[in-house]
Amino acid sequence: MLIIENVRLALSSLKANKMRALLTMLGIIIGIASVIAIMTVGNSLTSSITSSMSSMGANNITVGLQQRENEEEETETGMTFGSERNQQKSAKEEDYFTTEMLESYCATYPNEIYALSASETIGSGQIEDGNLYANVSVMGASQGYFVANDLTILSGRFFSDRETDDGDKVAIISEKAVNNMFQGDVEKAIGSTIQTNINESYENYTVVGVYEYEESAFTFSTSSEKDINTNVYIPLKTALDKNHKTGYTSFTVVTQAGVDSDQFAGTTKSYFNTYYRNNRDFEVSAASMASLVSAMSDIMGTVTTAISVIAGIALVVGGIGVMNIMLVSITERTREIGTRKALGATNGSIRLQFIVEAIIICMIGGIIGIALGIAGGILGAQLMDSEASVSASSIIISLLFSIGIGVFFGYYPANKAAKMDPIEALRYE
Amino acid sequence: MEKRPIIELNDIIKRFYVGQPNELQILNGISMTVREGEFVSIVGASGSGKSTLMNIIGILDRPTEGSYVLDDVNVIAAKDESLSKIRNRKIGFVFQTYNLIARTNAIKNVEMPMLYAGMGRKARVERARELLDMVGMGDRMHHLPEELSGGQKQRVAIARAMCNDPAIILADEPTGALDSQTGRMVMDLFHQLHEEQGKTIVLITHSPELAEETEKIITLKDGSIIGERKGSGRACLS
Repeated sequence: MLIIENVRLALSSLKANKMRALLTMLGIIIGIASVIAIMTVGNSLTSSITSSMSSMGANNITVGLQQRENEEEETETGMTFGSERNQQKSAKEEDYFTTEMLESYCATYPNEIYALSASETIGSGQIEDGNLYANVSVMGASQGYFVANDLTILSGRFFSDRETDDGDKVAIISEKAVNNMFQGDVEKAIGSTIQTNINESYENYTVVGVYEYEESAFTFSTSSEKDINTNVYIPLKTALDKNHKTGYTSFTVVTQAGVDSDQFAGTTKSYFNTYYRNNRDFEVSAASMASLVSAMSDIMGTVTTAISVIAGIALVVGGIGVMNIMLVSITERTREIGTRKALGATNGSIRLQFIVEAIIICMIGGIIGIALGIAGGILGAQLMDSEASVSASSIIISLLFSIGIGVFFGYYPANKAAKMDPIEALRYE
Repeated sequence: MEKRPIIELNDIIKRFYVGQPNELQILNGISMTVREGEFVSIVGASGSGKSTLMNIIGILDRPTEGSYVLDDVNVIAAKDESLSKIRNRKIGFVFQTYNLIARTNAIKNVEMPMLYAGMGRKARVERARELLDMVGMGDRMHHLPEELSGGQKQRVAIARAMCNDPAIILADEPTGALDSQTGRMVMDLFHQLHEEQGKTIVLITHSPELAEETEKIITLKDGSIIGERKGSGRACLS
C-alpha cells in the first residue's frame, strides 16, 4: 500500500520539476540507449555474418600456407621487429601446393572429401564491347569451387576435362554480366567471345556457361544494379598459366556429410605438413568453417560486450547525476522531511520515499532509453543491411540495471534524509 | 471529579552540550499536568525555554532527566521508531509556518498523517473531506497551498492535526504569521474544537492576550515555571 502511495508521491514531485527530472534522466537514457543499440547491432551483425558464413558451407575446410615462426629470431621483448632476416616472406614456386599433392590427398581420403575447391585470382576489370560493359573479377576455379560455393550453372556447361587440362580460354559468366552484355539473352551469350580488360591487358574468352548470381551479405549494395561486380570463372590452369604459377597457396575442402570437419581439418593439416617438414619458411594451416564461424562470433561477442561496458560507464555517470539531484532535492525539501517526521513518518518511510523517487527517475529513464536504443539498433542494423535482433534478455537486464542504479545511487541521499533531526529540519530556512 | 491527566511532566531537565565546557541547561525541572479536555497555554519571553518544552511535549526531543507520561504511555522508555507512531497517533501539530507540503493539494496534505498511520485510501479521503468541511475549507480541498491565504493554510493544517483524532493538539504560535483578523478566526476554531469536541489543546504563544483566552496559563521564565493561573476567559476580549 505504502509503495503505491510512494510512487504517486514520487511522480507528483517529478511533475513539479519536469525539466530537472528530464535532465537527470538524460544520463540514464543515454547510457541504456547506447548499451541496447550496440547490443542490437552487434547481435544482428553476428547472426548475419555467421549465417552467411555458414551458407558458404559449414563443412568446408580452408587450407593455406602460413609462415613459420622462428623462435630464435625473436628479440628480447618477444616481439619480432622488421629486421632483414624475419621480414614477411612471400611464398615461392617451390612452396606452393602442387596439383600432384592435391590429387594424392584426394586419393588418400576418398570417404571424407566431397569436393576440393581451388581458385586463382587474375584481377578485376571489365568486360567490354563497344559501349557495353560489365564490371568483373576474373578468377580460375576448379569444379570443386562451384560445389564449395554453391554456384549453380543456369545454362551451358562447366569446363570440359580437355579445357581444364589444356588451359583453354573459356569462361563461365554471371547472369548479371549477361544482362549487361547480351541484354539478358543467355542463348546469345553462350558461344560468344568476350573481351576482358584488366589493367589495360586484354584477353578473349569463349563463354561456355552462365551461373546464377547470388547476392551475398558481404556485398554492401552501394553500387547500382548495372555496376555490380561479378566473377568471371576460367579454368584453373588457364589462370595459373596467366599468372606464371604451377601451384596454389590455398584451397578449400568440402567434406562429405557426416564427417567431423574440425577433426578432419587436423588430419588434413598433418597430412600436408609431411610435405613441408623440411620447408624452413612455411607450414600448412587448416581450419574448418565451423570453427571459423564460432571464432568469428566469439570475437563479435567480445567486441559487443566491450563496447557495451564502455557505454555502461555512461550509466554510472548518469547514476551519479541522479544521486546529485536527489541530494539537492533533499536539501530543498528539508522542511517537508521535518514536517513528515513530526507528523509520524518513521525513518524507514522517509528512506523508502526517496529511494522510490530515485528508482522512478531511473526506471522512466531506463524505459525511454530502451525505446531509443531499440530504435537506434534497428536503424543501425538496417544501415548495415542486416536483420535487427533485439534480445528480450538485454531489455530485462537493462530495466533491472536501471532500477539497481536507482537503489544504489538513491540509498545514500535517502538515508541522509531519513536521519535528519526533525527539530533541525523544521527550523530549516 | 478531576479528569484524567493526558500530559504528565515530572522534573523535566534539558541540557545541551552535555559534558562539554559549554554545557547549557535550558529547562530546570519542569513539572506540569494537562488534563483531558483542558485548553492550556504556555507563555514566556523568547529564550525562556518555550520551544524546548514544546519539542519535549511533542516528543520531537527527549529530556535529559525527568519523566513524561503522555496519554498513559511512558514516552521516556519508548524507542525512536515507536516515538514516530506515538507522534502520529497522539499528537496533532499546528505550526506557526503551517508546514504544508507545497506540491500536494489541501486534501492530500490532510491525508498525509493517516497514510503513515496505515489507513486505507477510501477511509482517508472520507475523513479528510469531513475535516476540511469542519474547518470551512470543503470548497478548496483541491487547491495547492500556494493558492491559499495564510488563514486558509492554517485551517488546512488544523484539519491535518485532527485527522488521527489525537490526544492533544500542540499549537506552536499558530497565529504568529497571521494578521489579527485571520488570527482571530484561527483562535475561534481552536475554541470550537475545545468546546464542541472536548479536545485537549496546548497553545504555545508569546502573546498574553491570546493566553488569557485559555483555561490555564503556564508562564515560563529562564527554564522554570514561575506561575500557573486560570485564564480570564474569552469574554473579556470580545
